[in-house]
Amino acid sequence: MGQITLQNVQKAFGPVHIIKGANLDIDDGSFVVFVGPSGCGKTTLLRLIAGLEDVTDGRILIDGKNVVAVPPAKRGLSMVFQSYALYPHMSVRGNIAFGLKMAGLPKAEINRKVEAAAATLNLTPYLERKPRELSGGQRQRVAIGRAIVREPKAFLFDEPLSNLDAALRVQMRLEVTRLQKQLATTAIYVTHDQVEAMTMADKIVVLNAGQIEQYGTPLELYEKPANLFVAGFIGSPKMNFVNGEAAAKFGAATIGVRPEHLKIARGGEGWPGKITVAEHLGSDTFLYVDAGAIGTLTARYIGELNLSAGDSIVLSPEPSRIHRFDKDGKSLRA
Amino acid sequence: MATKQTQVLARTLLTPAVALLFLWMIVPLVLTIYFSTLHYNLLEGESKQFVGLDNFRYFLTDPAFIASLLNTLVLVGSVLALTILLGIPLALLLDQPVIGRSIVRLMVIAPFFVMPTVSALIWKNLLMHPVSGLFAWIAKLFGLTPIDWFNDAPLFSIILIVAWQWLPFATLILLTALQSLDEEQKEAAEMDGAPALSTFIYITLPHLARPITVVILIETIFLLTVFAEIFVTTGGGPGLQTTNIAFLIYSQALIQYDIGSASAGGLVAVVIANIVAFFLVRIVGRNLEA
Amino acid sequence: MARMATKQRVAISTIGAWLAGFLIFFPILWMVLASFKTELEAFAIPPSFLFFHWTTENYATVQERSDYIHHALNSIIIAGGSTLIALLIAIPAAWSMAFSPTKRTKDVLLWMLSTKMMPPVGVLVPIYLIWRDFGLLDSLTGLIIILCLGNLPIVVWMLFTYFKEIPKDILEAARMDGATIGRELVYVLTPMAVPGLASTLLLNLILAWNEAFWTLNLSTLNAAPLTVFIASYSSPEGLFWAKLSAASTLAIAPILVLGWFSQRQLVRGLTFGAVK
Repeated sequence: MGQITLQNVQKAFGPVHIIKGANLDIDDGSFVVFVGPSGCGKTTLLRLIAGLEDVTDGRILIDGKNVVAVPPAKRGLSMVFQSYALYPHMSVRGNIAFGLKMAGLPKAEINRKVEAAAATLNLTPYLERKPRELSGGQRQRVAIGRAIVREPKAFLFDEPLSNLDAALRVQMRLEVTRLQKQLATTAIYVTHDQVEAMTMADKIVVLNAGQIEQYGTPLELYEKPANLFVAGFIGSPKMNFVNGEAAAKFGAATIGVRPEHLKIARGGEGWPGKITVAEHLGSDTFLYVDAGAIGTLTARYIGELNLSAGDSIVLSPEPSRIHRFDKDGKSLRA
Repeated sequence: MATKQTQVLARTLLTPAVALLFLWMIVPLVLTIYFSTLHYNLLEGESKQFVGLDNFRYFLTDPAFIASLLNTLVLVGSVLALTILLGIPLALLLDQPVIGRSIVRLMVIAPFFVMPTVSALIWKNLLMHPVSGLFAWIAKLFGLTPIDWFNDAPLFSIILIVAWQWLPFATLILLTALQSLDEEQKEAAEMDGAPALSTFIYITLPHLARPITVVILIETIFLLTVFAEIFVTTGGGPGLQTTNIAFLIYSQALIQYDIGSASAGGLVAVVIANIVAFFLVRIVGRNLEA
Repeated sequence: MARMATKQRVAISTIGAWLAGFLIFFPILWMVLASFKTELEAFAIPPSFLFFHWTTENYATVQERSDYIHHALNSIIIAGGSTLIALLIAIPAAWSMAFSPTKRTKDVLLWMLSTKMMPPVGVLVPIYLIWRDFGLLDSLTGLIIILCLGNLPIVVWMLFTYFKEIPKDILEAARMDGATIGRELVYVLTPMAVPGLASTLLLNLILAWNEAFWTLNLSTLNAAPLTVFIASYSSPEGLFWAKLSAASTLAIAPILVLGWFSQRQLVRGLTFGAVK
């Protein structure tokens, strides 16, 4: 129903190569997140799938059919825009109904579907209002309602939560995930926030400068990053990277250890250093440590640790949690 | 966003406007150049005689041309000065929290929307008439002899009328620009201890520099061709005192029917306007980028 | 302490602004007052400001005079016709430049604006001759054509700026919702563009109504709009100031009302976007 495959998809704007050959298989019903830094091409890739941009080369298959020449109106996909893109001159009802109207459904059926979608999203009391009379969160839900009511082959989300305040964002994250599971429709979700990616996705596509760096489940990306970029992008605070002699000891050009996998001790074997900043959140303690030749390290302790700036400590990595990378940044994994 | 299909469609849709404006520009211009090389006077019938650049020589050395050029410069310069020097304080005033501000705005804006012929007649007959005009009555109140405006100070009278008509334009533009001035900049200045005058000189005026330039350029382009006010009040006189370039060309074309000379004059006007337009287009172009 | 001065500021500003506004508006006010006086009163010295015999006889006379109505109709037809035709030509052009821009779009737009900067008097001669040879002198068609061409750049420009303000993603949303280009235009673009269209229509109606160069030179009687009609009274004979004031008030009243609604459009349309 909503299986999407990308085969060597390329996109260039004049001389600038935005997408450099993307290959991807998205299973029907899965929630896939495109994540990456600004300018990595994740939104471009989404818009190529939507049909709002033309590919320069390659094929996009929806349920086996190449849709590269098919206009967006006919691809059977729905999109939720970052700015919601609601029709300002139509009521909520009109906004949600518009796609069904374009499809030529009879009025009675349109009303039924619109009211069902509104009920799912708690929008029923607002059906006759215009977008300008709604709050940000309500508008967001109307945008989602407009997308789900057409029962598309897949949902496309373009950073839909970035305009909401922090508390609302957390709440909407849960709602979107719950809704997608309920509807069992494929969803492609673009975000720059790796926390959103990790919490919502079945599988994550990490993009960097137009290349797909890795495609896997959140846990795969966390535990087995394919290269330096993915290793540094996933996980907050960032993974610690160490070069030179300390890395060579493990047979790698660079080694990486996540802050939560550094054992903190007063003395003993490991990397000694002095704490420059200590952050006490109550639930966690973050220590920023100047370890001399090794560099600056971040350590994370679950719980409260009574250390402060100026204290000398020794950090040692858990052996099983050391990631090794060759000189090209690729992961050295058995 | 634009697929190939849309691009072709777009090109087609643009064609009528472009074609029409192109014709509108080119055809008359080419004809004007053609006519300017002829001795062609409608009073002499349809006979045309090629005279090369004679018309230009004649036109540019005609004392009427020099006079009209001077009048044009004086007219444009004075109106610019009046509208901007009065427009800035007016705009500042309207930017204040005035009670009934919208009504005041209406009063200030109104002259721009009055058709030029009506404006001219209001001023000529109701206000400036030496016998029964209001100004005459006010003068007599103070025991002065009323001024015969259109005889004693004809160009100045025209300047007054035109400035009155264009003051709203300058004020409105400057007011719009003022209202885009960030409140926070002014507050920062206040925190820094700046008195009101300094805030005006160092923050407000520089912000207004660009809009003032725009007002100057746009007004110049339109003021170069002031016509109706002169037509309706003085007919260019007394003598040549209120003849500007536009009126001179008009009188050559439709009063003396000297097509050749009027065409030469027309080209001169076009050249002058083009110089101003060059700068205006540059500014507009820069804004389009943003 | 500093904020207390605000009350003073309001008072001074209010007085100053009202004074300035009154002075500027006074000529118009004076004319309107004159229109309600008898001819003798209108010409009388000392002039009366408020306490005179108010009469509407002038308006009645003006309404009766068929030539006033004739010229008013001409104004309506010319202003309306030229603006509507300009809109018809400009809407597709502005649409194409706003939604399908190319590298050349900016240059085309600037070039269009520059045609408005051309002094009409520079092409008076050929236009007059062409109009004469094609029988367009003193004709409604002739005036409609020339006013349409004269205002076309401004109409295109204003529509372009309004179209540009329509968020691109709303149109894309319509596309995702299954709308073809035609339906996108009808159901989404046009309703959102209506305020901009109305504003453009308004401002250009005003500009066409008040146009006093081509109308004065290309028409005499038949097709003459109000600008010419009023101008024909520039050499007064006898007492008819009150009537002329009435006619003039009628001529400018609708425009003053429209103009009030067009202030912001004025800035947008006539500064070519050089001032925000």
